[in-house]
Amino acid sequence: MSKRIDVKDLNVYYGDFLAVEDVSINIEAKSVTAFIGPSGCGKSTFLRTLNRMHEVIPGARVEGEVLLDGDNLYGPGVDPVTVRSQIGMVFQRPNPFPTMSIRDNVLAGVKLNNKKISKGEADVLVERSLKGANLWNEVKDRLEKPGSGLSGGQQQRLCIARAIAVEPQVILMDEPCSALDPISTLAIEDLINELKDQYTVVIVTHNMQQAARVSDKTAFFNIAGTGKPGKLIEYGDTHTIFSNPVQKATEDYVSGRFG
Amino acid sequence: MTATSLTSSQGAGRTGDKVFSGAALAAGCLILAVLFGVALFLVVQAIPALTAPADKIQGGQGFFAYIWPIVIGTLIAAVIALVIATPVAIGVALFISHFAPRRLASGLGYVVDLLAAIPSVVYGAWGAAFLAKQISPAYGWLAENMGWLPIFQGPASTTGKTILTAGIVLSVMVLPIITSLSREIFLQTPKLHEEAALALGATRWEMIKMAVLPFARPGIISAIMLGLGRALGETMAVALVLSSGALTASLIQSGNQTIAAEIALNFPEASGIKVSTLIAAGLVLFVITLAVNMIARWVITRHKEFSGAN
Repeated sequence: MSKRIDVKDLNVYYGDFLAVEDVSINIEAKSVTAFIGPSGCGKSTFLRTLNRMHEVIPGARVEGEVLLDGDNLYGPGVDPVTVRSQIGMVFQRPNPFPTMSIRDNVLAGVKLNNKKISKGEADVLVERSLKGANLWNEVKDRLEKPGSGLSGGQQQRLCIARAIAVEPQVILMDEPCSALDPISTLAIEDLINELKDQYTVVIVTHNMQQAARVSDKTAFFNIAGTGKPGKLIEYGDTHTIFSNPVQKATEDYVSGRFG
Repeated sequence: MTATSLTSSQGAGRTGDKVFSGAALAAGCLILAVLFGVALFLVVQAIPALTAPADKIQGGQGFFAYIWPIVIGTLIAAVIALVIATPVAIGVALFISHFAPRRLASGLGYVVDLLAAIPSVVYGAWGAAFLAKQISPAYGWLAENMGWLPIFQGPASTTGKTILTAGIVLSVMVLPIITSLSREIFLQTPKLHEEAALALGATRWEMIKMAVLPFARPGIISAIMLGLGRALGETMAVALVLSSGALTASLIQSGNQTIAAEIALNFPEASGIKVSTLIAAGLVLFVITLAVNMIARWVITRHKEFSGAN
């Protein structure tokens, strides 16, 4: 249930503006890969190109290839809708559907792909997904209550439950803890550790300790200056990036000397 | 930074505050006073008609027998207008907010807003002089082929001046109201929720069903209710288009009448008890509109827990 991602020579543009330049990266299946870097360096933009969510922004386009187990996401005839059903995403701010109950939130994606799901199957899936997101014990008595009534951290785990309910190959997380308190952050980090047993997880984070704690590999992105494109500076084992990086810029960043 | 700086008041800013809050309070009170004044006027003036002996009222069978056919007529016209206008308006609003390229969207939005700027008497003239003639063959067809339905029972009006035509004209008139309000609501859908749906693998239409429409539901209901308010109260268009008569179930025969048109057509020549009767009819219209608005409120608040406001 998890696939690897290989990116070859990817450029991302907003209109004529080159936002991310020439990224090539190999993301292992069943691992956690963290993207770190200063604000505006294009790491979130790049993350979005991994499931074609950047296309939501008018004028955004890419050049290059993103291979999901060898299949190009940008190949002719590939439907972004199919891509996104295989590569799930969790956002910076928790975004459960406010008009849906907790249960319906979990089932939202499943009902898109498979309209006729029996109540029994749905119950099993809801329980499995919520357990998978470490949320089941907290919400099992109020599944019919609105998801927006949960705390921020619970909402974010609900969003993770919603993402894993469709059994994606890859889960992308765009700064999933930046709106959460430290305890909720810890709960999400624990969850990420468990998720990598089944899924390929890619996480963008501003928090270097978080990257060090949760990821197997880390990619450092940087930008030469305002108006310049973001670039992948260094990519390697998290341990190496944080203790013994090759590039000077990486060392400066992880040791807190800039950014 | 002495102690006095805490206690001495900043004259100008304070005065501004007081003037503004006073003005806001006055405006709020004025609305209530006007509403109360209108309601009081309607009730006081309507009492003679409501208490008069049955044979004094037009028709000779009392106020109730006089009013209920035109209440039904009013509702029929308004319902026709909403049934036609709502789906079109929501479709247009969705097209403008989520499907059209940006340049086309702003142009189209402008055109829809222009529809609201056309005076109702012009709509009435258009409906009576153009639409009614053009549409009467269709009524003939309906009477022939769908005549077994009571609402399409023949013989169809040859002039086309029927309650259905009036309803169609009304639907064009309420269309811009529902469209522009719905469009505003659709545009306010949080990007977060739209992206949540898209990231789950929703198509654009599925995203709209999942994120946009549920979010916009209370707004759509409000928009429809505002449209209904206009459809119920619209006078000139109906007065010009409809060849009025007794209440009939068929929408394609001449007949039926709405309260607003009944008042407008009869008021200039009315005197005595007749004036009172017409004002009582106005009171009934007022009550219907009020009831409609309260029901709409109730529908909206019933789902507050799931509205996303919390």
